[in-house]
Amino acid sequence: MAAPATFSDVPVRFRDSQIEMAHGAGGKASRKLVEGLFAPLLFGTFPGPLSDAAHVEINGTTIAITTDSFVVKPLSFPGGSIGELAVNGTINDLAVSGAKAEALVVSFVLEAGLPTSVLEAEVRAMAKAAREAGVRIAAGDTKVVEHGKADQMYVTTTGIGRPLPGVTINPGSVRVGDRILLSGPVGDHGVTILLARGELDLEADLRSDTRSVFPLVETLVKAAGPGIRWMRDPTRGGAATSLNELARDCGLGMVLFEDQVPVRDIVRGACELLGLDPLHIANEGQFLAVVSPEYADAAINAINLAPGGSEAQVIGEVREQPAGTVLVTTLYGGSRIVDMLVGDPLPRIC
Amino acid sequence: MCLAIPGKIVEISSENQDSALVEVIGVRRRIDLGLLQDDKPAAGDWVLVHVGFAMSKISEQDAADQMNTLRMLREIDGAMQEVQGYGLEDREIDASRLDYKEPIQ
Amino acid sequence: MRFVDEFRQPGLISKTADEIRRLAGTERHYRMMEVCGGHTHAIYRFGLKDILPENIELIHGPGCPVCVLPMGRIDDGLAIARQPGVIFAAFGDMMRVPGTQGSPLEHKARGMDVRIVYSPSDALKLARLNPDKHVMFFAIGFETTAPSTALTMIRAQAEGIRNFSVFCNHVTIIPAIRAILDSPDMRLDAFIGPGHVSTVIGCRPYEWIAHNEHKPIVVSGFEPLDMLQSIVMLLRQLKAGEAKVENQYKRVVPWEGNRAALRAMAEVFQLRPYFEWRGLGFISQSALRINDKYAEFDAEQRFVVPGIRVTDPKAAQCGEVLKGVLKPHQCKLFGRECTPEHPVGALMVSTEGSCAAYHSYEHRKAAMVTLTA
Repeated sequence: MAAPATFSDVPVRFRDSQIEMAHGAGGKASRKLVEGLFAPLLFGTFPGPLSDAAHVEINGTTIAITTDSFVVKPLSFPGGSIGELAVNGTINDLAVSGAKAEALVVSFVLEAGLPTSVLEAEVRAMAKAAREAGVRIAAGDTKVVEHGKADQMYVTTTGIGRPLPGVTINPGSVRVGDRILLSGPVGDHGVTILLARGELDLEADLRSDTRSVFPLVETLVKAAGPGIRWMRDPTRGGAATSLNELARDCGLGMVLFEDQVPVRDIVRGACELLGLDPLHIANEGQFLAVVSPEYADAAINAINLAPGGSEAQVIGEVREQPAGTVLVTTLYGGSRIVDMLVGDPLPRIC
Repeated sequence: MCLAIPGKIVEISSENQDSALVEVIGVRRRIDLGLLQDDKPAAGDWVLVHVGFAMSKISEQDAADQMNTLRMLREIDGAMQEVQGYGLEDREIDASRLDYKEPIQ
Repeated sequence: MRFVDEFRQPGLISKTADEIRRLAGTERHYRMMEVCGGHTHAIYRFGLKDILPENIELIHGPGCPVCVLPMGRIDDGLAIARQPGVIFAAFGDMMRVPGTQGSPLEHKARGMDVRIVYSPSDALKLARLNPDKHVMFFAIGFETTAPSTALTMIRAQAEGIRNFSVFCNHVTIIPAIRAILDSPDMRLDAFIGPGHVSTVIGCRPYEWIAHNEHKPIVVSGFEPLDMLQSIVMLLRQLKAGEAKVENQYKRVVPWEGNRAALRAMAEVFQLRPYFEWRGLGFISQSALRINDKYAEFDAEQRFVVPGIRVTDPKAAQCGEVLKGVLKPHQCKLFGRECTPEHPVGALMVSTEGSCAAYHSYEHRKAAMVTLTA
């Protein structure tokens, strides 16, 4: 797309008159907002499919950079808290762009009245997560807003990293026959949060899967670097949303084999009870990768042998049809299309 | 209207006979047994859960019968063809009568 | 998952599908309607259409309580919730259904206190926890759900709870089936009967379909094997020229229904003389209202409702799709003005409405080359 004469000429295709919760849910509405408003106005000079992180060249050196905001209720839940999410989430965005996170900067928006003990716990959690991942937290900023304006705290982290050699992430390089890999079970985080909110009165022994996926990504790159076409960490909107975006970007079909998608029984049970599809549920410690067939075996074997990778599976493959779509097939020959959600997944009774 | 899931009663509340804890592979929820007053379930029974209420007891016997019926699908019709081949029946036998218990009208 | 996984075994599914193909043959075209939205959902979720032969056509029936709710009723419910101090509680299914001023979720974005509940008893719990607020539960559903709403009000009355009410939109399934069969353009051979409604009403209420209309009906469960077995049973009846009511879902559905549930409903509800079904028009004796004994919990008595009727645009052909006369994509608005994100008519509004299901699942598959599984 040619550079516009002035930025005020750039048309905005986003037509909704106000912002709704759906626009932040990671699904269709979010995509419309980004593609229709942010991209034309902000990313004009860098056209192309939108990805988790940007690789920016400065004086001959390429740096990967990404940012993410963390808004979660409750702040703390089985398996983690907003602090860990804020650190791991950004490390993961860099990892799936093919980069090793080196440093983070963090920005807090705190609600007046927030107990210091709560803030301290989160900051400790961030420090621990960063230490474990070998990433520096280099700088920060704090703002405080009135009581009632920030759900206790909002955290934004921006990370920079060094691209790993030997890997290029490009949806355009995806080919028919490529394999789709998933690093571990879907839905742990999203279901944990849903249960922790307490509105649905369900109890289960489930924890968020929040973790840095960089070690597994590094293992994958070492074993199969030249064969990696694309990676993504499926957060809000779940694996279905990430794969739908890829399908749209490369114009091919993502065909998943239902019996090969790893999902914990407990997540299955909660999803059946609430009428949800695990493929639409957020994860915070998993990643998807599309790998060429020549490298797929080496890739999955290497991940399976690495710590935390034993549950990784090849969950599907890329085919020509149905183009631009994600299809899930069953062992008995049935299939269904899995779309991107409009907004957050809602429990149903029908 | 239709989403109902089989769950196992793990505990009936001692304070309230109509309140039970039900489990669906590891997920637990308190449900109301008030609609099963005429046929009260006990801990260990399986019930069908819809919007937090038990709608019906699940009959393990009927479930097992159904599985058997399904497994025998082709065999039954195969047996029918054999019998007809011997000319022992003039008309087509209603295979459904063999498997499905009709209520006594 | 017990009582679920057994009925999803691939080997048995394939075997039952083979039996269906054998029974269906090639000469005759069979049109079967699955009445209940949950069955529509199951058909798509399990990809059952892929394994059924071409000459078995599944028509989606009107059993989606969200889809058949007129927009005016949503406006009414939201009007009540706009009163100060009212908490609007509803199932997740209702949250994105648009009224003329937006959906409950959109109202939440504008500051209304809107809560998703999994059970009417959760709504009552909200009332107990918020004594200074009034909780209005927006009740929807067929006879599967109505007893739970009823029992919740019985409990509320016994406890003397004052800050709770129900906006009742429960509807009954038999009049809807009757409306389908009364339609002159209807050409259906058989019915897949609603499994969970039948746990409450039993199988007797369907006998007139078999005896008077001469259409077989099999009350079916929701797992793939349940639905496929039901189709086998229907085909056997059709081939033998029979028409009777059969119960495939025996492990859960008692022939006589659930008397305690029916008693709870009779205790709290009475039939409305008529009620508007979106897409089908006014149907007499087809919906429930709260009776005088429980009037204190009737949101329509405690609050003033606008009661303004909102009609769908004439171009929306929901009625014909509901009756199986048109396929979703044959409606002029399908996929253009009317999509799941911007639904114009009833059947696009809920994920199990025929048009929404067709849009999400079928629409793009139609363009596909044959899949090898």
